[in-house]
Amino acid sequence: MADPRRPVPEPTPETAHFWEGTRAGELRLQRCAACATTYFPPRPFCPACSSRDVEVVVASGRATLYSYVIHHRDAPGFTAPYAIAVVELAEGPRMMSNIVDCPQTPEALELDMELEVTFDPLTDEITLPLFRPVGVAR
Amino acid sequence: MTPNTVAIVGAAETTEMGRIPDAAQIQLHADAALNALADAGLTAADIDGIATAGESPTNLAHYLGIVPTWVDGTAVGGCSFMLHVRHAAAAINEGLASTILITHGESGRSRVGTGRWGMSMASLNGQFELPYGPMGPPTLFTIPWLRYAKTYGATSEDLANVAVIQREWAGRNPRASFRDPLTVDEVLEARMIAWPFTKLLCCLVTDGGGALVLTSADRARDFPRPLVYVLGTGESVETPMVSQMEDFTTSRAFRVAGSRAFAEAGITHADVDHVMIYDAFAHLPIFGLEDLGFVGRGEAPAFIRERRTAIGGDLPLNTNGGGLSYMHSGMYGMYALQESVRQLRGTAPAQVEGAEISVAHGVGGMFAASGTVVLSNRAP
Repeated sequence: MADPRRPVPEPTPETAHFWEGTRAGELRLQRCAACATTYFPPRPFCPACSSRDVEVVVASGRATLYSYVIHHRDAPGFTAPYAIAVVELAEGPRMMSNIVDCPQTPEALELDMELEVTFDPLTDEITLPLFRPVGVAR
Repeated sequence: MTPNTVAIVGAAETTEMGRIPDAAQIQLHADAALNALADAGLTAADIDGIATAGESPTNLAHYLGIVPTWVDGTAVGGCSFMLHVRHAAAAINEGLASTILITHGESGRSRVGTGRWGMSMASLNGQFELPYGPMGPPTLFTIPWLRYAKTYGATSEDLANVAVIQREWAGRNPRASFRDPLTVDEVLEARMIAWPFTKLLCCLVTDGGGALVLTSADRARDFPRPLVYVLGTGESVETPMVSQMEDFTTSRAFRVAGSRAFAEAGITHADVDHVMIYDAFAHLPIFGLEDLGFVGRGEAPAFIRERRTAIGGDLPLNTNGGGLSYMHSGMYGMYALQESVRQLRGTAPAQVEGAEISVAHGVGGMFAASGTVVLSNRAP
């Protein structure tokens, strides 16, 4: 269970499928039927070609560590030091997240390391997609 | 715009700078505005166009007693004032206003008379960035750096060189917040904020303001101060979410704004005598030098290490000390413009001898927006 003091996302009609997905243990992206672009964050049209003909797809959950900083001050719901990371999903889009089951150190957090999604409930409605190194036992 | 058709005829900062606990934010706008009007030999009654960010232009017009026929409230963060210069030049050329006042004031440190910070948790930033623990710009603006560093083999020493050299410039500026010399080791051993960024790789938080008065070049010849002409301008935006930048090693908004400004001005990089690149954090001059095209991708750290941007170098950069050492109220772009004007008037504390063309390049948000202004003191 994620620390309940974290800021809690407020879904909108355009993002509801994403948060329903994480609650169901799925990382849901969107794909354009016209140009085949897979994209994030959610919106009901393609940001590459403006087509409204888009569908929700379930991502593999595989990602690599693209970039990050390690914050050295506590924040609501976080105890320093903790990394604020951007991961690159196997399907292409990037998203901000946290890296769990891993020391929050420059030595342990190597750019391009292989990650997999894990789902962490924050409230009854919201489950956050976090990432952990591939092959690490929980 | 057509180069040399519009000029800056008034420019000034707030009377005080740094910690100003006895002034509300709108009074910082007004103090800077009154100083800039006096610099131009004008009063508010002479102004018919107004642009500002951080306060509504309505608040400002009422507070100063201005009756505008042209209003611009473009607010895209710290570079908003570069965009205001661009929009004002177009408005003057189109006859929408003849004499335009652009103001900035921010009680960034004392927080007197400021609005609340905050972003809706229903916004895309609220849903897809804030739950992961960022606490403002030091933890967001800095995220792209590690990817840049891995791509080009850059190091934390490269970041520290930016802070050290700008402190050398600040040492020549009596109004700079920090003037004592720094070493690379001191920068790297300072308190860690968001690894690998220490406190001395992050900008100051201060109070202050600045204002500009623009008019047509034809009218400008009647004004008392040395003229600074607008040669070219550019603007763009990319994304409100740093996590969604196209490429973490280069800013698309920087490239679009910069290339447009250089093209409009009809200049090459070799023509530029002085440059200001908004430095909220130490990696921004590195991105700026590359994205504006002064050096190739990955070459800025060596360019800075070789002291090309330092005192005595061939491309003096951030000669007021920058956001890292001079001041940073929150929307620093106005101070970059003020230093470019001082350099072209020949009144800068760390004057670049013979400077004729200056580039002021700003950023808004976390690489979210950008504005570039090319200025010159050469008569058309």
